[in-house]
Amino acid sequence: MDYLGKYKTAVAARSTSAEVLRCSQDGGIVTSMFLYALEEGIIDGAIVAGQGENPWQPKPIVATSAEEILSARGTRYNICPNMSVLKKSVRQYGLDKVGIVGTPCQMQALRKAQLYPVGLRDVTDKIALAIGIFCMENFSYQSMKQIVEDHCNVDLHSLNKTDIGKGKYWAYTNRGAVSQIPLKLTHKYEQPGCHVCLDYVANLADISTGSVGSPDGWSTVFIRNNNGENIWNKAVAAGVFETKPIESVKPGLELVTKLATEKITKNQKELEHRAKFGVNKGLRNPYI
Amino acid sequence: MIFGKKEKKEPAPKSQAPKAPVSEPIAKEETKKEERPVANKITVGHVHMSGCTGCLVSLADTYEGLFTILDNYADLVYCLTLADARHIPKMDVALVEGSVCLQDELSVEEIKETREKAAVVVALGGCAAYGNITRFCRGGQWNQPQHEGFVPIGDVIDVDVYIPGCAPCPQQIRNVCVMAYLLLKGNAEQQALAKAYLTPLMTLASEGSKAVSSEACGCDIMTKVINQGLCIGCGTCSASCPVYAITMQYGKPNIERDMCIKCGACYAACPRAFFSFDVVNQYETIIDAINGAMNPGGN
Ligand SMILES: Cc1cc2nc3c(=O)[nH]c(=O)nc-3n(C[C@H](O)[C@H](O)[C@H](O)COP(=O)(O)OP(=O)(O)OC[C@H]3O[C@@H](n4cnc5c(N)ncnc54)[C@H](O)[C@@H]3O)c2cc1C
Ligand code: SF4
Ligand code: SF4
Ligand code: SF4
Repeated sequence: MDYLGKYKTAVAARSTSAEVLRCSQDGGIVTSMFLYALEEGIIDGAIVAGQGENPWQPKPIVATSAEEILSARGTRYNICPNMSVLKKSVRQYGLDKVGIVGTPCQMQALRKAQLYPVGLRDVTDKIALAIGIFCMENFSYQSMKQIVEDHCNVDLHSLNKTDIGKGKYWAYTNRGAVSQIPLKLTHKYEQPGCHVCLDYVANLADISTGSVGSPDGWSTVFIRNNNGENIWNKAVAAGVFETKPIESVKPGLELVTKLATEKITKNQKELEHRAKFGVNKGLRNPYI
Repeated sequence: MIFGKKEKKEPAPKSQAPKAPVSEPIAKEETKKEERPVANKITVGHVHMSGCTGCLVSLADTYEGLFTILDNYADLVYCLTLADARHIPKMDVALVEGSVCLQDELSVEEIKETREKAAVVVALGGCAAYGNITRFCRGGQWNQPQHEGFVPIGDVIDVDVYIPGCAPCPQQIRNVCVMAYLLLKGNAEQQALAKAYLTPLMTLASEGSKAVSSEACGCDIMTKVINQGLCIGCGTCSASCPVYAITMQYGKPNIERDMCIKCGACYAACPRAFFSFDVVNQYETIIDAINGAMNPGGN
């Protein structure tokens, strides 16, 4: 199994824009990349996680302005079905060059859609930039609410940021209080579909990024294919990002590899377990 | 590159062929293709059962793509609308549009004849694959007694490949055409790729041809994905639905079943319905191959 997927280069990077970094989750890679791509005409809009109906509930939006892209900064640890607005982005927003951010599974959905565009006439050839974010697991809205309100004892209305790292689930409030619980307590709330997920670092994205591997405030970035490399190099040359060789930072790729291996091994076991579920029954394995 | 840019290469002198014995005749075949493109074509027919011609429009909707396919890869040997042939001839691939009207003897005969004459039968679109609107025209309408007279072609004959959707997507049809060509005329590597690509669509066909599951529905994603604990809330099903019957509610699909026309697109599109790493990990190679095939001049 290829735990980190195919990539051309891996670097530690951070946005050079203070405005982006003010509210970004990590190094502001996703937001700065889209802002640059929009400005340069590489994309004419991006599918990002906007604000949904409830506090901290994301909703996929087709962002066509810098303001909208900025408004989507930061991770919301609950499901945001970004693929659901893909057809809309082309048909209703008239985008010819679509940017999209998503979890590894959403990148899988995207590439499958490009190869098998069953219900997506004239849509899938318009994907111009696909940015993947690392992902260990995701939660339903109700689960996230339960974790933040019941376990962390933080009201969603005063929540400023949530983060997962160093084996803990963190909730930061607007007034600067920090609440943390062992990640173990959150496992039971995970989305069941995540337990058969065999991708940690968005192997199928053009560029994928996450916090793991790099120091606080920085991001680990994999540049995976020609398209990703092309756009990344231009952005770095334009001064959008500062970068460091991944070998020069701690904990580096070693930790990324460790976590990816753990996730995938655990989930492969789960697939085996599912196959033997019940007596002569078994649950479906989608990976045929 | 697996496919497409061959025209740029000089044909290798035969005496030198250092490759494995399997690939040698193929190298020759490709050389032949460059000189006389027609030699290597497959034969394709469009068989019109009870459908609205939307599928045929989708086939033609690849714009110049259709001409590229017809110039280089396939001869259209049967198509009542576009080709001058009145009787179903022998062919490599039959693209069947529409369901079979059981009250119409000719339809029943023709679909059986199609099975006899075609090496590969493709159910093109929701009606051929699942009955779709001819069977379940419920989008806010009353069901009609005549709906029971229409059955998916898989209820009458064995079908090899399904292309779900209403109308089926032109790029999906194009991809299947290119892969069918590679399967029938390609070298060993190309055949393996084409087989891997087509396998899930063949599985849909063999599942759909079973009388018990010959229909599709938005419910498929409920029963085969969500009830199996596989959904990841990506929203692809919702984006793929032609009638917008699927909305995402709290990260999971919610299906307005009265709106569903039973086209089968949502389930086929869902990454947790089927997902082959062997195929999808090669997405760049495959997309390049298809683009190369559709742009044989390489410009
Ligand atoms: C469910 C989830 C689990 C994650 N798990 C890990 C992990 O285990 N290890 C790790 O290193 N990183 C993980 N990440 C990624 C990490 O939290 C950051 O999103 C990533 O590092 C990008 O940070 P940034 O500063 O570059 O992005 P920013 O500039 O802050 O932009 C973040 C982008 O992500 C989008 N986004 C926010 N929430 C979602 C969502 N729920 N679904 C889809 N898109 C969304 C926003 O629209 C925005 O465009 C996870 C992210 C999510 C959503
Ligand atoms: S763990 Fe996998 S399935 Fe779950 S949200 Fe993350 S990428 Fe998707
Ligand atoms: S829900 Fe939509 S996509 Fe799914 S079968 Fe019904 S009409 Fe087709
Ligand atoms: S496409 Fe499949 S995995 Fe994605 S939301 Fe729909 S049912 Fe769930």
